[in-house]
Amino acid sequence: MTLLLTFIQKAIGQGVAILFGASGEIVTEKSGNLNLGIPGIMYMGGIAGLMGAFFYEKSTETPNGAIGVLVSLLCSLIASALGGLIYSFLTITLRANQNVVGLALTTFGVGFGNFFGGSISKLAGGVGQISVQTTAAAYRTTIPGLSKIPVIGTLFFSYGFLTYLSVIVAVVMTYFLKKTRRGLNLRAVGESPATADAAGINVSKYKYVATVTGAAIAGLGGLYFVMEYLGGTWSNNGFGDRGWLAIALVILALWNPDHAIWGSFVFGGLYILYIYLPGLNRATQELVKMLPYVVTIIVLIITSKRNKQENQPPASLGEAYFREDR
Amino acid sequence: METGNAIELKGVTKRFGDVIANDNVNLTVRKGEILSILGENGSGKTTLMNMLSGIYFPDEGEVYVDGKEVTIRSPKDSFALGIGMIHQHFKLINILTAAENIILGLPGKEKLNMKQVEKEIRELTEQYGFDLNPSQKIYDMSVSQKQTVEIVKVLYRGADILILDEPTAVLTPQETEKLFAVLRNMRKAGKSIIIITHKLNEVLELSDRVAVLRKGKYIDTVETAKATVESLTEMMVGEKVKLDINRTEPVGAEKRIEMRGITCKNKEGLKVLTEASFTAYSGEILGVAGISGSGQKELLESVAGLQPIESGEILYFSPEGTTEKISEMKAEDIKNLGITLSFVPEDRLGMGLVGSMDLTDNMMIRSYKEGRHFFADRKSPKKLAEDIVEKLDVVTPGVDTPVSRLSGGNVQKILVGREIASNPTVLMVAYPVRGLDINSSYTIYNLLNDQKKKGVAVICVGEDLDVLLELCDKILVLNSGKVAGIVDARTTTKEKLGLMMTGLTEDKNE
Amino acid sequence: MSKENVISKKEPFARMVKRDHISVGKAWAIRLIAVALSLVVAALVIVAITKQNPIEVYLGIIDGAVGSNRRIWVTIREMMVLLCIAIGLTPAFKMKFWNIGAEGQILMGGTAAAAMMIYFGEKMPNWLLLVVIFVVSGLAGLIWGVIPAIFKAYFNTNETLFTLMLNYVAMQIVTFCIVFWENPSGSNTVGIINAATKGGWFPTIFGNAYTLNVIIVLIITLVVYIYMKYSKQGYEISVVGESQNTARYAGIDVKKVIIRTMMISGAICGIAGAVIVSGASHTISTSTAGGRGFTAIIVAWMSKFNPLAMILVSGFLVFMQQGSIQVASQFGLNENASDIITGILLFFLIGCEFFINYKLEFRKKGEK
Repeated sequence: MTLLLTFIQKAIGQGVAILFGASGEIVTEKSGNLNLGIPGIMYMGGIAGLMGAFFYEKSTETPNGAIGVLVSLLCSLIASALGGLIYSFLTITLRANQNVVGLALTTFGVGFGNFFGGSISKLAGGVGQISVQTTAAAYRTTIPGLSKIPVIGTLFFSYGFLTYLSVIVAVVMTYFLKKTRRGLNLRAVGESPATADAAGINVSKYKYVATVTGAAIAGLGGLYFVMEYLGGTWSNNGFGDRGWLAIALVILALWNPDHAIWGSFVFGGLYILYIYLPGLNRATQELVKMLPYVVTIIVLIITSKRNKQENQPPASLGEAYFREDR
Repeated sequence: METGNAIELKGVTKRFGDVIANDNVNLTVRKGEILSILGENGSGKTTLMNMLSGIYFPDEGEVYVDGKEVTIRSPKDSFALGIGMIHQHFKLINILTAAENIILGLPGKEKLNMKQVEKEIRELTEQYGFDLNPSQKIYDMSVSQKQTVEIVKVLYRGADILILDEPTAVLTPQETEKLFAVLRNMRKAGKSIIIITHKLNEVLELSDRVAVLRKGKYIDTVETAKATVESLTEMMVGEKVKLDINRTEPVGAEKRIEMRGITCKNKEGLKVLTEASFTAYSGEILGVAGISGSGQKELLESVAGLQPIESGEILYFSPEGTTEKISEMKAEDIKNLGITLSFVPEDRLGMGLVGSMDLTDNMMIRSYKEGRHFFADRKSPKKLAEDIVEKLDVVTPGVDTPVSRLSGGNVQKILVGREIASNPTVLMVAYPVRGLDINSSYTIYNLLNDQKKKGVAVICVGEDLDVLLELCDKILVLNSGKVAGIVDARTTTKEKLGLMMTGLTEDKNE
Repeated sequence: MSKENVISKKEPFARMVKRDHISVGKAWAIRLIAVALSLVVAALVIVAITKQNPIEVYLGIIDGAVGSNRRIWVTIREMMVLLCIAIGLTPAFKMKFWNIGAEGQILMGGTAAAAMMIYFGEKMPNWLLLVVIFVVSGLAGLIWGVIPAIFKAYFNTNETLFTLMLNYVAMQIVTFCIVFWENPSGSNTVGIINAATKGGWFPTIFGNAYTLNVIIVLIITLVVYIYMKYSKQGYEISVVGESQNTARYAGIDVKKVIIRTMMISGAICGIAGAVIVSGASHTISTSTAGGRGFTAIIVAWMSKFNPLAMILVSGFLVFMQQGSIQVASQFGLNENASDIITGILLFFLIGCEFFINYKLEFRKKGEK
């Protein structure tokens, strides 16, 4: 029982980063942009937040957790939005191939994260691993009182604020896409930019805003990982392939952020299942670690036989729009 | 009725690369009139109107709306000026409802209240006599329903000037009448209407004045009352043209293709062709008429071996007297039997040709497999490409130019030329003159007639009923995937075909 | 918005227009400008981090890439690997099959090569072992490539994600194998395989350890070029890539072409894995592919699948990478600096294509 509780709790912890990434990618894809740079952007968001907190904590004798959170949040959002802006400029304004730009951005972003993660302490004149304990502790603060309730407390109230934020973002985004005017317009842009354009919607603006916002949201996934999951430190390539799983989750969630919520927790569970399955040796553990990918592939195959029109990807996904194209 | 000009264009020029689409065009639209813009395909009608709707921006010239000079930089600006355009290729989003499509891009309260919107739309549709369900998804709609959504979309935005691009191309004669009635209602309500068309009879029936464009240049605007088919044609083409198609009597007709009770389903599992049967004879042109999407594509593709068949059979009778069952065969198997079926598909650059490849490589689509060599032969395709360019007067820089660079008429000449080059016994063509100017169209009609005289069984899917009536020997009418009847083209009428297309009468006399 | 607002608005200053054609010289001039700009930006980044004179930094890069005989050969070796992967991806991408699973295909090929070296290192003559390595690693890559192709052909399963996920499955297979091949035990790495016997290593030819790498990759490049340009199968690949409808119309068996092409693509990537393991690193780990499967996509795409351009682009990228790794290590920074540099170069190279396809036009007022 306790083991199961811990498993669920850890699964949710693993899922949060993926959920941020998936939510960010969904809003991006709804504008017709397939951003394969999201994995890189998540690295950028993570390292920028960490650097922000690091320099803040270094600059003062008695660092304050709340300020650390604000500084790192801001740095993370700016860095990942910048990644989104590079992608947007190249694909929307310069109409470059989306997949190629995305892959280049991922190369860049992962390198960016690992480079600064590995070099920041040296550049700052220090030695050893960077760590931002005060800020990380603030990120890890749970709701006082509630988290102490047995079972329910562990299950629902034992997380830092970013976990709740990830769910809120997904829920708000679902509402935005389905019930608001701008959400409708955004969906139209992703389905058929020419139609949206003829209806008086500023296609480029929508694409830019959606892509940059999406990148910023995804970047929070990286921030969550370094702050709450790793506890305010960096490990090279530690974030691994969660960014790619986030992109896979978008398809499995059929472009619905609310489906992504439970989907991300399932992914999180599969990710750590090898720790909790009894009777595994080192070799078989490695095989169990394949599960998230194998499950993704299986679901991908099953869902490739979808017929319903509403469950298809946005019709213009991956294509650049040029009004005067004939 | 109001007086004065709703729109005035002065010296408008638009270029696409080296091509001048509109050259110093002047045009006026009066308030409360229906103005036809007449011109051949490629004469720049749509481009000109797209500059009013904000899709394109003019390179040179001035635009006046209600007497004031304006700058239309985007569709939004165009709406704000009260201009609304109904594009030929509908600008609708399939997965959204009619109401959602109508309010797209409009300002208003952030939270959507679809019930209120739908109520407003119902009021509007009742006022003009439309039939529309606002909560229906576009992908569930017929072509004419989609057009209704487009018109309502423009009216909902409060447009005073409506531009319709080839609105009747996809409608039956009866639906066209209904549309014209609605347009006349709108004129009565004081709206200005511009209708782009190349059909002369519609111009004469509906409009107050006609403006004519030719090869991007503005020719003149005349009162419809003073115009005739002949005078308009001459303005449009620039020379006197003989508009008759020389139809000969079929000689020695033999059975060539017999389709028996063919049923096909599409990807979604819906029947697109139900129990279709017909016979095509050598030395005859069999026309196929129907509302677009009634199964024309599947009819041809199932003969060509490109469409999986649920039930039924297709037989081929060779000139030598043998009979082959070609249903359940793929295109390749049919070819391997030595049967030459030629097929000019509707989607020229998406199926018949590869746009980014040059003429030679496009010739290879039919011939690359020849020979046992691992490497492909490019010499004879090149020769064939050169022959076609010479014989059919294809305008191209050379045989190594990508076909997508060529104009629509030249693309079609290359495709038809290649298909005829294999000396087929059966030639199937879908919408052979769509997008072509009059001279190219007549080149194609003549090619079809030549094939007919050589004893080829020609099957021709068309959209212009007037042309089908003049060109074909028999006409097969499709109505939602069923064969509504096969009639003699020399005796039937357009109205009768229209009724059969919509399933209002059935006529089976073969 | 009222009508007055529209009237008072300024005309757009400049508009973008698609070019019909551009001379080869002009296109290359634009690319050269982009390269120059990217070098300036990359220099600024390096200077910002290292606070060194930019000229010295660039001298450092040149020195790092081609400063000694050994460095030249390492640069050539890395360039050949990148070229080999890009060439391997070419048939798939020409078919518009988004094979982003080269990483996995390389890893599978590399693992197969490592396995052959470990199990047969002393059991057969080296030339035979090398032949076995090429065959088996090609097969391993082929299998990894053909799985998503089969599902694409029969169920239209999204190949981008499928091939991507297979990369990670391949990584797990590598870690699984490392458990058994660990050397020394407890290190969680395989170490240098057959360090003493050099069994399964590429032999030294003309006094150089990497001659065989160059020969193999150039042969593959030439064969793929001829295959794509002159063979019937190459023609089929182009038609399928441009339009599946046209392919059906032409009587091409689309499923067969997809599967066959991915077998070729996967096999070449698998052989690239063997070139890395047998011909360079002599070990296997999850970072054997090291992101080159992704970079190669960009190389192939930007070169428009022209092999000569691929040699240039991969040469340029590897030159800058090797150079920046050297500069970074001089300052005690980590080697990921080269990814940042690569990213910047790619952004400029990708972005400059716009100026080749489009031009800006300024509006003239019409005169009457």
